[in-house]
Amino acid sequence: MSVNRLFRVGSVAVASLGVLALSACGSDPEPAGSSSPDSSTSSAGAECPKGTLNAEGSSAQKNAIEEVISKYNEKCADVTVNYNPTGSGAGIKQFNAGQVDFAGSDSALKPAEMTAATKRCAGNAAVDLPMVIGPVAIAYNVDGVTKLVLDGPTAAKIFQGTIKTWNDPAIAKLNAGVTLPSAPISVFFRSDESGTTENFTKYLKAAGGGAWTGEPAKKWTGTGAGKEKSAGVAEGVKSSKNSITYVEWSYAVDNKLGVAQIETGSGTPVELSADSAGKALAAAKPAGTGSDLALKLDYATKAPGAYPIILVTYEIACTKGLPAEKTALVKSFLSYFVSKDGQASLTDLNYAPLPAEIQTKVEAAIQAIS
Amino acid sequence: MTAVAENKPAYDGKVLDLTGKSGARAFKNTLATVLIVLAFAVAMIPLLWILFTVVSKGYHLLLSADWWSQSQRGITVRRAGGGAYHAIMGTLIMALITAVIAVPIAILGAIYLVEYGKGTRAAKVVSFMIDILTGVPSIVAALFVYAVWITVFGFNRVGFAVSLSLVLLMLPVVLRSTEEMLKLVPDELREASYALGVPKWKTILKVVVPTAFGGIITGVMLGLARVMGETAPLLILVGYSKNINLNPFNGFMGALPTMINQDRTELALPNAADRVWAAALTLILLVLALNLLARLIARFSAIKSK
Amino acid sequence: MSSPDGTAPPDRPDGTAAEEPRIEDLVHEDAGPTPRFGGLASEHAEHEAAAADAEVMTESGVEDAGTTTAPVTPTETGGKLELGPVGHLGDRLFGGLARGSGGLVVLIVAFVGIFLLALAIPALIDDKSNFLFSRIWEPGGDQPRFGIAALFYTTVISSIIAMLIAVPIAIGVALFVTYYAPKRLAAPVAHAVDLLAAVPSIIYGLWGILFFAPILRPVINGLSTALGWIPLFEKPPGDNVGVVFTASVVLAIMILPVVTAISREIFAQTPIAHREGALALGATRWEMIRLSVLPYGRSGVVSASMLGLGRALGETVAVLIILSVPNGNDPWNSSIFAGGETFASKIANNAAEFDSPEKTGAYIAAGLVLFVVTFLVNSAARIIVDRSAPGTKRPRRNRRAGAATEGASA
Repeated sequence: MSVNRLFRVGSVAVASLGVLALSACGSDPEPAGSSSPDSSTSSAGAECPKGTLNAEGSSAQKNAIEEVISKYNEKCADVTVNYNPTGSGAGIKQFNAGQVDFAGSDSALKPAEMTAATKRCAGNAAVDLPMVIGPVAIAYNVDGVTKLVLDGPTAAKIFQGTIKTWNDPAIAKLNAGVTLPSAPISVFFRSDESGTTENFTKYLKAAGGGAWTGEPAKKWTGTGAGKEKSAGVAEGVKSSKNSITYVEWSYAVDNKLGVAQIETGSGTPVELSADSAGKALAAAKPAGTGSDLALKLDYATKAPGAYPIILVTYEIACTKGLPAEKTALVKSFLSYFVSKDGQASLTDLNYAPLPAEIQTKVEAAIQAIS
Repeated sequence: MTAVAENKPAYDGKVLDLTGKSGARAFKNTLATVLIVLAFAVAMIPLLWILFTVVSKGYHLLLSADWWSQSQRGITVRRAGGGAYHAIMGTLIMALITAVIAVPIAILGAIYLVEYGKGTRAAKVVSFMIDILTGVPSIVAALFVYAVWITVFGFNRVGFAVSLSLVLLMLPVVLRSTEEMLKLVPDELREASYALGVPKWKTILKVVVPTAFGGIITGVMLGLARVMGETAPLLILVGYSKNINLNPFNGFMGALPTMINQDRTELALPNAADRVWAAALTLILLVLALNLLARLIARFSAIKSK
Repeated sequence: MSSPDGTAPPDRPDGTAAEEPRIEDLVHEDAGPTPRFGGLASEHAEHEAAAADAEVMTESGVEDAGTTTAPVTPTETGGKLELGPVGHLGDRLFGGLARGSGGLVVLIVAFVGIFLLALAIPALIDDKSNFLFSRIWEPGGDQPRFGIAALFYTTVISSIIAMLIAVPIAIGVALFVTYYAPKRLAAPVAHAVDLLAAVPSIIYGLWGILFFAPILRPVINGLSTALGWIPLFEKPPGDNVGVVFTASVVLAIMILPVVTAISREIFAQTPIAHREGALALGATRWEMIRLSVLPYGRSGVVSASMLGLGRALGETVAVLIILSVPNGNDPWNSSIFAGGETFASKIANNAAEFDSPEKTGAYIAAGLVLFVVTFLVNSAARIIVDRSAPGTKRPRRNRRAGAATEGASA
């Protein structure tokens, strides 16, 4: 009968599919550098729990946390850590909904979010742990211009749209000896809501001398054409001549875009480096009181050699209230993340390491999680 | 045209009429041929270009056995190595669950529309609803399942939730194409079968469906191809995991589109770019394999039914 | 009824033994469907009469077959008709399954619709701006203001351009594969096209922005220079290729395989008798296609196009990757050489930041508009198909024959 035959054929198909799929039983790749001696890792407490840790949030720290997860797995092979770089807001939302064990966010929890997070942590407070420092580059693509200097007000005017061409006197004044084209400036911005936009507009507001009229926010309020995510704006600048954008440093480096130096008022323009970004963070003050580690950055800093546009990614975790095995996993992983080993691996990826003073505080806060 | 006009006074009307007409007809025929061949050529350029891009940039990773047997655990965007096993399995598992739910409903629904409900008000309602379903963008289907599965029921994000949203996307594709194929089965075949005293359900299963089988399979394959390549529901309904997880009811799960999505932001890095194209090629090959399998089934069953 | 029960088993589904005590019911219920068939037939008659539909002939023929076997079986015991009762049980089961599936589809869609409406309505009530005509999009917060005008425009214009490009080419390719290409070429081409339907949309997006957009730059510049005096083709300053036009062309390329694949299957189904009849009457190949293949496949091509359109309207990731988003300060630009956002790309781009029900509701409301748009276009297409061809094969066959004769006699 035809029905029977159809069923038979169908089951053969399903079975063969299954065989096809399962014939090669998959495995995890061998860790790349596992043979390296790691006896020096005394700080990380050596004990390795087992289990799966799920996290979600900021895309700014994606490369950093991936690297740290990989390194961490060399030490603790039985822990699976998943990180979804969907965005800071999504991370907090999923954390508060109990979908992930910790979140990554480019801004500390706001009061309303803290209330929800406290509920998620079974009545215990959640904590903002500054973990990754990502400098934000002003990246450009202008033929023949290999070195570009901008200051706060000029940058604010360019991104506000009041400076429209590259040979504007304001830019020319900062770049004596550089031939600037008369072409219009194509500005690219992040079309998605983003912590990078928020931090960058905070800088424009603080250092722009009133040229930036909008309020700092995750949503862009300046001029230009929006592209999705860091990859989008970097690609936009790469493929369009006479364009400029703001983007995490690593994207500017990977896409071989020019990175502007910032004249902060200290006298010499500051080039973006791990060192100069770290100096700006050292000038940061705690924003909250007590054990809250949220930082208040000084975007208008005039400290010599400090690159002012930086973004701090926080890991948001429960101080108490997670199941014991999850707590052990969170503590184990985050302890490694903040350790010297963990932070040292970030410099190669164009992040800046945490200054020692903040690192100690974060370590203490992680140890306090129970 | 001018030639015809010049010829008009010189020749006998009757002869002229014939040559003129057939000339115009021949010209139209040639024009149509040229246009159709041209359409084909124009279509092939970008399509082959895409295929070439994907194949040429992605094939070399597929040649290694690791690609088919390892996950991406511990492989950061800057590093080479690892494979797509976790993503291939995730995609296959989710697609299989989707197909198991959607295909029977779609085919039976199409049979209802064509064989049972033709012209009735109920069939019109069903048809209307399918038209609406065709218009559901994948992201909205995903938001809907998110609202039901996570907000209302409080479940975690898992592979099965993705399958549920993919069902909404696959259903109208398979149903509509099956419906069109069933409609094309000549009524003479049905009438002949009825005349032999074969009951309606047997006529449908033994005559109508086998006749349209090739077309139905094409529809199912199109539907599968569409849902296997969807990214939005995966982003919303299941976290991406670089690790192997074969359980659609627990935990984050890798899938080829989300694997592409993870690495596509790092196309400036050669290793990540390689993985993007290789994952895309893998997805295409998976669908191709399913296609071949389906064609085999179609051929197998078609011969048997004759 | 009882005796065929004994003889039937070889040909029956397994459940027969268990059915035995219920044969009485079976007979009773048999009486049930018959009037329903009648009712069905009368509905048919109304409907078909209105549409001047000759198909009623065949349909009623079907019902006759059903109804004649029904009353005959209980009385006759001959082996010849033993298919009858099996058929009825099978018919009720199978028909029920088919109807159930239809009903399930209705339930699913109704559930999705009601659920989404329930999510969208509170946000719509709070909306301080005109939802249909405002171009502002600032949902959430104390003073949510959002409208879909700009999203609607970009979604529709990009899909229209995509359809204008894709459908004629897809029909051309389908015809080429079915009736022009040498057999040796046709099969590989058909497979290649099917394969392209499998390319994930995210790859179309990446390929579009990385490889295809740069070669579109001169086209964009040329078109805007030639037609720039029309606002639709006016190019804003700058060197940006992530514009509506680029997205439309990539969408066209993306839906081409879908439309082609289904159209091809349908064209291939044109009965040989129709085609050879036309050719025998002296029609050229094009006339054969125009007179037999195209009318035969019209409804199918429209369905295929609608599936393609549904994909174009709802495409998320490819559009998101390609299209640049205008900032909120510049005046709104209707040009296809400017950036924009479609419903789906807007939702996807912001899905990560849905932090309040009001905000989510606003985006879901936008998604619902997309349903409505797709649905309206679908219905319009269906009406056009029904008008232009009364939906039956017989009159068309006559027309075809007539036309072919005309053509031949000329």
